Amino acid sequence: MFFVLMESTRSALSSIWAHGLRSFLTTLGIVIGVASVIAVVSVTQGMSAFIGETFASLGSNSITIGSYTPYQDRLKGNFARLTSDDLNMLEARADGIAYITPILFAPRSSQIKYGSQTAFSQILGTTYAFQDITANYPQVGRFLAPSDNDTRRRIAVIGAKVRENLNLPENPLNEYVELGGEWFKVVGLLEEKGEIMGNSQDDMVLVPYSTMQSIVGNQTRTDIQIQMGLSEGADVDTVVQQVTTLLRSAHNLEPGDEDDFRVQTAEQLMETFDEIIGMVTVVIGGIVGISLLVGGIGIMNIMLVSVTERTREIGICKAIGAKRHHILAQFLIEAALLSLLGGIIGLALGFGLGTLISSNIPDFPPAVIPMWAVALSLGFSGFVGVLFGILPAAKAANLDPIDALRYE
Amino acid sequence: MSLIRLHNIKKYYEMGSQVVKALDGIDVSISPNEYVAFIGSSGSGKSTMLNILGCLDSPTEGSYHLNGTNVESLSQNELSEVRNREIGFIFQSFNLLPRANALQNVMQPLVYRAIGRTERKRLASEALHRVGLGSRMDHLPNQLSGGQRQRVAIARALVTEPSILLADEPTGNLDSRTSIEIMQLFDELHSEGHTLIIVTHEDEIAEHCHRVIEMKDGRIHKDDHAEQLVEPA
Ligand SMILES: Nc1ncnc2c1ncn2[C@@H]1O[C@H](COP(=O)(O)OP(=O)(O)O)[C@@H](O)[C@H]1O
Ligand SMILES: [Mg+2]
Repeated sequence: MFFVLMESTRSALSSIWAHGLRSFLTTLGIVIGVASVIAVVSVTQGMSAFIGETFASLGSNSITIGSYTPYQDRLKGNFARLTSDDLNMLEARADGIAYITPILFAPRSSQIKYGSQTAFSQILGTTYAFQDITANYPQVGRFLAPSDNDTRRRIAVIGAKVRENLNLPENPLNEYVELGGEWFKVVGLLEEKGEIMGNSQDDMVLVPYSTMQSIVGNQTRTDIQIQMGLSEGADVDTVVQQVTTLLRSAHNLEPGDEDDFRVQTAEQLMETFDEIIGMVTVVIGGIVGISLLVGGIGIMNIMLVSVTERTREIGICKAIGAKRHHILAQFLIEAALLSLLGGIIGLALGFGLGTLISSNIPDFPPAVIPMWAVALSLGFSGFVGVLFGILPAAKAANLDPIDALRYE
Repeated sequence: MSLIRLHNIKKYYEMGSQVVKALDGIDVSISPNEYVAFIGSSGSGKSTMLNILGCLDSPTEGSYHLNGTNVESLSQNELSEVRNREIGFIFQSFNLLPRANALQNVMQPLVYRAIGRTERKRLASEALHRVGLGSRMDHLPNQLSGGQRQRVAIARALVTEPSILLADEPTGNLDSRTSIEIMQLFDELHSEGHTLIIVTHEDEIAEHCHRVIEMKDGRIHKDDHAEQLVEPA
């Protein structure tokens, strides 16, 4: 049997080669199908790998809680809030939390000035715990310290983008920037983190939480965000569960009421992203299925033509001793190889396309082809070839030798 | 013992309402190492006869014993096996594989015997040398003359060392000088012990043979050695 396969492969290759252009055109359906799936998969996989890394660097063990106003309440003008009380309560009562920090966002996109230079950036009021939860560490100088908060110091830790936008010196320490009409001394510059999907991670200014409160107006009812880092070995779901229960009771929610806050984990974001990727994959899978079907029919068509063209040859082979399975194997293998060749060309083309796409969109991660995609597309195209080769091959194998020899 | 024994072989073709009797009751026996010519006018059933002898076609009626085996009882694959091992077929139109060179054409029957590539090459090149084409092995059929093509076809028939060589008008497409060369080759093969059965309508060709069977309207009209055993040449 192995011998038959070897010989059939040899002659199939020579026959594919003999009809070079025709073989290529025949296999185009497969080429396009495989190329499109590989292009999309390589881009999304590249993205997915990149986002995975990014989330890891953001601190995958972090939990973010923000207020959330259900639609009904929003109509009534009741806006939900998270407050310092909530923060203190969670800090005191929630288990499995290593760090917890409030984040107070400046109410408007805020102007920063340095000398004559003006820029806009995100200003966050937070505490020293922020650095471990979000994995933002100072490159020069220091991060916010607990004492900064206690004494409402007017100091700021800035991101690399902010330094750049304001034309601050390489080492911006001890320079003064103006925020909301107040002067802040720069005490730290954060390590550069780059961009995620075109959003700079370095465009922010961190000031002590209490300092920020005093700027915003020192209302105890200001809406804050709470970020927490889990302690080693703590289970995310358990912590989320407990935090939810604690906050519901603190907010006096009845059992039927909707939460007036949202607890988000980095893992959830990852899952959401994975779901989107999954959906894209399913859609692409459908497209590929259709194009492989079309490609397969193309191959069947040309194989039928080829059987008819080679009727006399088949007759000759049978006259000199070819059995059914010899002829069957020859045509099946030819169809499978044709399809597989299309798959290989498609693979190369798709990867080229994916690379081209990701290298032409700025800040896009490089294309990655996972092995499963290679195996799947080659396996599938070979399978399609065999499937659609069966009919022509059977037709060839069943030819009567004398009829085939007489065929004009 | 006879190598070939036909009893009351009939081959009818239904053409609409009409029945064409290509063979109409053939009885003939052929012994090993005979050198037989089937002659007769066009349409007398010679090719049909040879196709049945070569297990390419099956009769409508009658029995065919080859080496004592009733051919009728064989499956398609077994018939392929018989064609591969027992029979070497030589056609008027050569019937070479157009995309394969001379050597590959001669190697082809050995593929179906699962003989390894090196051994196939050796046997095929031996057969090509035997028919005087040792220097043309890598030529494609369309790069060879008619006579050379027929030599390739003969080499292909010989390479499997069959017990019978069947040739249907082997010189029909060749000029007279080439025809003589081919017939000399057949004479040699016969003297080496091969059994040859040749279909022809040319008397010069039939003269080479030791037994001439004339056909007419699907029947044997004349058989000059009817019951006689032929002495080895
Ligand atoms: N496939 C076929 N269908 C119908 N008639 C056929 C077929 N093959 C041969 N015949 C008829 O059978 C008769 C014998 O043909 P053939 O054996 O080719 O004769 P020869 O080779 O002696 O010229 C002819 O009348 C021919 O028309
Ligand atoms: Mg004829």
